[in-house]
Amino acid sequence: MKSAVIVFPGSNCDRDVAVALERASGVAPAMVWHRETALPPVDFIVLPGGFSYGDYLRGGAIAARSPIMRDVESRARAGTPVLGICNGFQVLTEVGLLPGILMRNAGLKFICRDVHIAVADNGTVFTGAYTKDQVLRIPVAHNEGNYFADDDTLDALESTGRIAFRYTTPDGTVCDAGNPNGSARSIAGIYSESRTVMGLMPHPERVVDPAHGGTDGANMFAGLVEALAG
Amino acid sequence: MSEVNQATAAEHGLSAIEYDTMLTIMERTPTITELGIFSVMWSEHCSYKSSRKWLKTLPTEGPQVICGPGENAGVVDIGDGLAAVFKIESHNHPSFIEPYQGAATGVGGILRDVFTMGARPVANMNALRFGSPDHPKTRHLVSGVVAGIGGYGNCIGVPTVGGETNFDPAYNGNILVNAMTVGIADADKIFYSAAAGPGNPVVYVGSKTGRDGIHGATMASAEFDDDSEDKRPTVQVGDPFTEKLLLEACLELMATDAIVAIQDMGAAGLTSSTVEMADKGGVGIELNLENTPTREEGMTPYEIMLSESQERMLMVLKPGREAEARAIFEKWELDFAVIGRVTDSGRVLLKMHNETVADIPVSPLVDAAPVYDRPWEPTPVREPVAPDGIAASDAPLKALKKLLSKPNHCSRRWIWEQYDHMVMADTAHRPGGDAAIVRIHNTNRGLAITTDCTPRYCYAEPETGGKQAVAEAWRNLIAVGAKPLALTNNLNFGSPERPPIMGQFVGCVKGIGAAASALDFPVVSGNVSFYNETSGEAILPTPVIGGLGLVDNLAQTARIAFTEKGESIVLIGETTGWLGASSYLQEIHGRREGAPPPVDLATERRNGDFVRSQIVTGSATVCHDISDGGLIVAIAEMALASAIGAILEAPRLNMPLDSWLFGEDQARYVLTTAEPEAMLGAAKASGITASVIGRTGGSALTIDGTHTISVDELRTAHEMWLPDYMAAQ
Repeated sequence: MKSAVIVFPGSNCDRDVAVALERASGVAPAMVWHRETALPPVDFIVLPGGFSYGDYLRGGAIAARSPIMRDVESRARAGTPVLGICNGFQVLTEVGLLPGILMRNAGLKFICRDVHIAVADNGTVFTGAYTKDQVLRIPVAHNEGNYFADDDTLDALESTGRIAFRYTTPDGTVCDAGNPNGSARSIAGIYSESRTVMGLMPHPERVVDPAHGGTDGANMFAGLVEALAG
Repeated sequence: MSEVNQATAAEHGLSAIEYDTMLTIMERTPTITELGIFSVMWSEHCSYKSSRKWLKTLPTEGPQVICGPGENAGVVDIGDGLAAVFKIESHNHPSFIEPYQGAATGVGGILRDVFTMGARPVANMNALRFGSPDHPKTRHLVSGVVAGIGGYGNCIGVPTVGGETNFDPAYNGNILVNAMTVGIADADKIFYSAAAGPGNPVVYVGSKTGRDGIHGATMASAEFDDDSEDKRPTVQVGDPFTEKLLLEACLELMATDAIVAIQDMGAAGLTSSTVEMADKGGVGIELNLENTPTREEGMTPYEIMLSESQERMLMVLKPGREAEARAIFEKWELDFAVIGRVTDSGRVLLKMHNETVADIPVSPLVDAAPVYDRPWEPTPVREPVAPDGIAASDAPLKALKKLLSKPNHCSRRWIWEQYDHMVMADTAHRPGGDAAIVRIHNTNRGLAITTDCTPRYCYAEPETGGKQAVAEAWRNLIAVGAKPLALTNNLNFGSPERPPIMGQFVGCVKGIGAAASALDFPVVSGNVSFYNETSGEAILPTPVIGGLGLVDNLAQTARIAFTEKGESIVLIGETTGWLGASSYLQEIHGRREGAPPPVDLATERRNGDFVRSQIVTGSATVCHDISDGGLIVAIAEMALASAIGAILEAPRLNMPLDSWLFGEDQARYVLTTAEPEAMLGAAKASGITASVIGRTGGSALTIDGTHTISVDELRTAHEMWLPDYMAAQ
């Protein structure tokens, strides 16, 4: 699997996700600078976490206007899978590849800790290696992870199976106690209508190695490699 | 432009004698810009004039040391061709005045000290001291400082992996914010600050220079009074996004061989970087200040030289490499300006539009910096508190619960969950243990990091307190299975002009030196922060130790959480029930008295080496050092970190039970093992005091079958104090 990681000024999880991709696929991804205008031929694109442009204006707002994003958008519309993690999720909502927005956490503080998320729908290249309703322990680290969209959009996401992950308690219960940031309907990650674009706030690349203290993120990358190899 | 005379010099913090020395050096009346340069270079913060005599006594060498104190940070060999670069630095005064920006720029400054030397920062730590929780400012200061540390570290993408926080009324008017950064570099590609090569270009990179932070170093060299709030304009404003760009741009340029020397602009900004680079290289530097990128028009040479605007660096490049370097900085959208050149004049010559505004001989400026042998008084000796001199409680576990819910013992989760402690995906041991461990990227090895100090011991008996701070840092590294390598220190004290305070400083430095020698744990970098007092009230003496250790195999480390039921709990070290200056005595009995526990460095070393061997060989399953609150607090923390309780049986005691449980005798650890006979045998063979005091199991702490408390009850007490306090109005 050939993949590309987009690097914006202020990205800081670009190396982490590159390590996770190389670990899963055996191939180092292309690191593509935001000022490029064309991606190399790739099977998969990642928008990494971090603070692109220092989160100035709004998380992801300036990165969404980077030159490279025009090609990311056209590849996404042509079906190349695109994954946005944390700040990458914010960028995907800013360019309109995913609906809704990420607001300030309900507790008004940065949160870095393990959370539990349940796989709400596993019928995509991102989540095919998980079982439906499987509960994963994955860290979050964000200030603006409070997912919001209007009710019609949320209803549509739910009715079309486009909610990828929901925050839960350790036993998999969806409730306020398991929701770290106030996200609408406990949403931690969503898919595009085409189901080939996914954004999520938790950081799967931080739990791919026993040395991380958890490996629940490894199957996302292994599953992508399996689905896209060839 | 103001006239320079003794009065203006005094306004700049120079004494009459210092003013005369300046006149002798200059052989004329200096310009206002020159006065500004002298005043910041001779400030306590930059010149170490009160501390230098004593700092020189500290051990700074060892086979692992690549670079000791004097550069931007210390450098130690960590094997495989790599070096760790690390330092701790204070940002106390700014953080009290403007907590968010003060703390944020403290983090930014120490990060620059580390990447200036060619290292990629891999971990941040901190040591914080706040006033009484009842003080009206404390909540605001905690909130701002924690948000500021997180705001900077999270954005730049360096994990904040641990630290320590204390509350005491002695910090009501002067909080402490000490920030530490650890970086990793190729051992043969360390960058230094000595300018060289007359004619070589001097280059300014990073942010533009503004009017912020002028005289910050001078502010940090004076005590506060009631008007300190007015000093807010001297606090710098940080931009972690720009620092991230500066970090990447510098490391990219450092991968070439274009740089001769590089120095960050920290305290005293362009002044100290220029003077230090020229002095270390034994050369002169000439700058054309009109080429300095500035944020606003009309800045005077004085303002440009004294600004403490953040995220700036000064470099000397090899001739002809400017274009290549400029391309890198332009890629990262940073300013890049050739502002001068190296000369062989031995002078710092500053021009503005071809007019000379300062012309100072470098060596006299640096060498004639005042050094004071301040008078000092030893701290009066305290009597020990006898183990049976305290009214015994009949409910020691109620006292434990109370202790764990106190500000100085409760969980710090509310703090460290606001720090991204996992970015870079190499954090192997997260906050909450004895020391954090970050993996050395692409290896199975790691660096262990801790920050420690027990100010109430330092206040009671400075020399013992200095020893104990070093010993505890060393012990915390041992307790995770690391080999301690070296330390950095941040010496926070009141006014050195008062002999009792100077006596605290001298005592603590003596203690640090003794322990660093005995434990082969040299001092490779550090910082002194004096004048932490307000209206004559000084802080507790707080010599924070930042310790660094090496883990050869991440699989051979220990954590504090009990992992198995039915294992034996082994206490390592001698227990006398020492309650003098203990947390128990202060928090439960309201008594701040008694001599602190003695620190026997030979025993410390012997016990530590034994414990580490038990961890590395896998004989010990988990480990925790014993510190504040004594044995029972250590065991409670091990239970709280897991879901497993402990059943303890006190040995036949020649002391009250509370003394055994809460005494703070040093050089002690709690281990668990499945093979207690083997461990006790090994201890006996090594001459180590060790005994089995119970076993893991259940979901409560139980002592002698008579006292019991559930781990859940303790957890609520331990976890809730800080979030409840911060949520209150």
